Amino acid sequence: MLRFATRKYNCLGYVIHMNRMAALAEIRFGLGLTPGQPGETDPKSALKAQLQGSDPALASNTFANLPRGVDGIDALRDDAVTRKAMLASGTPLKGNFKPKSRQMFEADVAAQMGWATTTTASFRERLVWFWTNHFTVSIYQNQTAALVGPMIREAIRPYVTGNFTDMVLAVERHPAMLRYLANDASFGPNSRAGLRTHRGLNENLGRECMELHTVGLKAGYSQADVTSMANILTGWSTAPSSQTGDPTGFIYRPFAHEPGAQTVMGQTYTGGEEAGIAALTYLSKYPTTYDLIAGKLATHFISDNPAPLDIAHLAGILRETGGDLGAVSAALVDLPAAWQPLTKLKTPLEYIVSTIRAAPPPPKQPPVNYVGVAAQLGQPIWGAPLPNGWPDVAANWDGSDALLARINWAFGYSGRFEAGADGVQPADIAASSLGPLLKPATNNAMALAGSRREAVTLLFASPEFQRR
Amino acid sequence: MAFTISRRATLLGLSAIASTSRVRLALANAPTDQRLVVVLLRGALDGMSSVVPYGDANLSSLRPELIPPAPGQSGGVYDLGGFFGLNPALPNIYAMYQAGEALPVHAVAGPYRTRSHFEAQDLLQLGTENTGITSGWLNRVLAELPARTSATELGLSVGIGTPLLLQGPVRIGSYAPDHFTTPSPDLYARIAALNATDPLMGPAIANGLRSQSFDASIMSDDPDTSPGGAKLGGNFAALASQTGRLLAATDGPRIAAFQLEGWDTHGNQMNGLKTPLGGLDTGLMALKNATGSHWNKTMVLVMTEFGRTAAMNGTKGTDHGTATAAFILGGNVNGGKVLATWPGLSRSQLFENRDLAPTLDIRSVAKGALAAHLGLDGAALARVFPGSAQAAPLLGLTRTV
Repeated sequence: MLRFATRKYNCLGYVIHMNRMAALAEIRFGLGLTPGQPGETDPKSALKAQLQGSDPALASNTFANLPRGVDGIDALRDDAVTRKAMLASGTPLKGNFKPKSRQMFEADVAAQMGWATTTTASFRERLVWFWTNHFTVSIYQNQTAALVGPMIREAIRPYVTGNFTDMVLAVERHPAMLRYLANDASFGPNSRAGLRTHRGLNENLGRECMELHTVGLKAGYSQADVTSMANILTGWSTAPSSQTGDPTGFIYRPFAHEPGAQTVMGQTYTGGEEAGIAALTYLSKYPTTYDLIAGKLATHFISDNPAPLDIAHLAGILRETGGDLGAVSAALVDLPAAWQPLTKLKTPLEYIVSTIRAAPPPPKQPPVNYVGVAAQLGQPIWGAPLPNGWPDVAANWDGSDALLARINWAFGYSGRFEAGADGVQPADIAASSLGPLLKPATNNAMALAGSRREAVTLLFASPEFQRR
Repeated sequence: MAFTISRRATLLGLSAIASTSRVRLALANAPTDQRLVVVLLRGALDGMSSVVPYGDANLSSLRPELIPPAPGQSGGVYDLGGFFGLNPALPNIYAMYQAGEALPVHAVAGPYRTRSHFEAQDLLQLGTENTGITSGWLNRVLAELPARTSATELGLSVGIGTPLLLQGPVRIGSYAPDHFTTPSPDLYARIAALNATDPLMGPAIANGLRSQSFDASIMSDDPDTSPGGAKLGGNFAALASQTGRLLAATDGPRIAAFQLEGWDTHGNQMNGLKTPLGGLDTGLMALKNATGSHWNKTMVLVMTEFGRTAAMNGTKGTDHGTATAAFILGGNVNGGKVLATWPGLSRSQLFENRDLAPTLDIRSVAKGALAAHLGLDGAALARVFPGSAQAAPLLGLTRTV
């Protein structure tokens, strides 16, 4: 019998006192338990307390050294100049061309994943992830790698407990979104720039801001509405710091804006930058918008098949409060269904982060390559294939290969806990990461494991660790 | 990252079927010797770029900067009989066309008229015009095929993640290359035991593990899978080649589905389509080559959720539209011609003054393929595509039935 099997709960005493609700709270609403996190005696109040105040990562200056959106736009320009110069001088790009924009992406991922794996306010962080996925921008399209991190910090984090309209307005005018959905290349066909250059409309942002971000298809709008919305948004573009004072890199280009009034879903807008703000405000407060985000919130936090009454309740909160995201997040916590046994399957990224939180890398070991691991497990960071983001139900993630890929990665990661009887022990990890949710079968299998590494692998491969 | 050899086509027997009689097995083997591959192009392929109607007088005014040169010119389209031309990035499909093994279909659309990618992709995969159905049509095809008693499943999803097309009550396998060091067989077995009673994890892990020995025997001598061999990252050709080998194996799967992305060409379409079309073309040839002598028993359907606007937009691309092109490929396909009732491109002929008008229902194509290639009868086709009575199966898609 290995030593760890007889050393129950001796290392982290607080886990003995963790009740079931405290464990459920951190796993359903957060990113998983981490050593040193107290078992809350009043988990509901503790979750709601996370909804108060400004974003804790922003408030603590954790991201103080990360670039602004406009710095990302500048870096893209610099990269293009560097690349062109290397090509002109015959310098091989391979090995020599290290795009600034890529380095900025990697620094942003390291900082934001570092926060996610250590914060004790992980409900707040899960909300950041949720809204980032709702407003998906993929780094693999239209050169947005240096912009997604800034968008999360500039347009998502400040608003996750604020008003939905403010978030919509911040996101749709962020250069990450404007580039991703090509609005920066969309010109009013009758605008001065459009007439001069014979460039015209690109419907991409106009369509997706309606279909995916706000009212959804159930609103029953027409192709003409989409075209009008795209016309309204012409002129919303991006610029380097030499041309714009906006820290995100946004600029409004009146010469690209389609002149004249436009009608979207029965509302007529006269034109200019204000027309876009007014139209997005209207869409963001439309009843089907609240239905759509209530359904997505319930599916994300409660179950793959949330009760229609629960969705209606959340939508009602949104309607009554005019889109208060803090209020609807608190209402999620109060749903009785939120305290039922966990059924949702973690996505690959949630699985990776909860594993790291359960067992942080021991000192002097190399950092986790989040970008590489997430891609290997099928969910590259900020890289959803399409603008509707990553799917949120088990059927999309429970393929044999996908689950075995998790287990194989966990086996590799568990190797970090092989050595040292005086280091963290498998039973400690199990107790502090699952607490009362650890099943006897897993406990037994771990006790019978042939090595610490195998015991930790069994924990991370157990069915209860896959759920949230 | 390189492919590694060790894994896996997750191909697994239905435990419920294991008790079926030998008579049923004998019956089962004949029809399921046919192979069917569905390639979903997610993002909406512009059909008028893949199969260019260069003979239509209205084309050049609609999209002056989106038309490849005429047949015979440098970089020109491959002529498909005097009216249509195949995109120059598709030389392998053209070779199949010349051999009579490729049948382009044009002005085709699903029964739905949405221009939402996501709704249309769902409906294309559900095989319906509304969302009252929850299983993919290819999963329902599996339900119509006689089950087998061997340890592999008939259906195979390629890449991590199962497309809606294959989701449903019939359990399917999945195949994705692996890059990791893996636990010992003994530890795997204990992990499987720990998950055995879990409704979600249990079957998935058991299936994944049972396939490994099968996988190793099929893959072990493939030079492309050696360390440092073919790259994965979006490499359809490598995956298609692997899949072709699995399909060719005696106990391998018979039905496979791919999803390819990169078709949503809102801007700079002429250049933007070259890479995805080239990847599709190379991959389809790799699939053909890997199936070897079984190409005669293989049919490949290439389809996309909808087409794109007939006119060029303001960014030298196209926006979401309606009808598009599809391809039927295979050793026994009655190809070498284009199947289309051409609706024309004058303004009044366009759907909603904007898109290529549909003259053919994609379900007619699929039903015709399933009837000719897999022998499904009318009742089975009605179960696979409920409510599709008005979309009669196309006849004559294969040379011999």
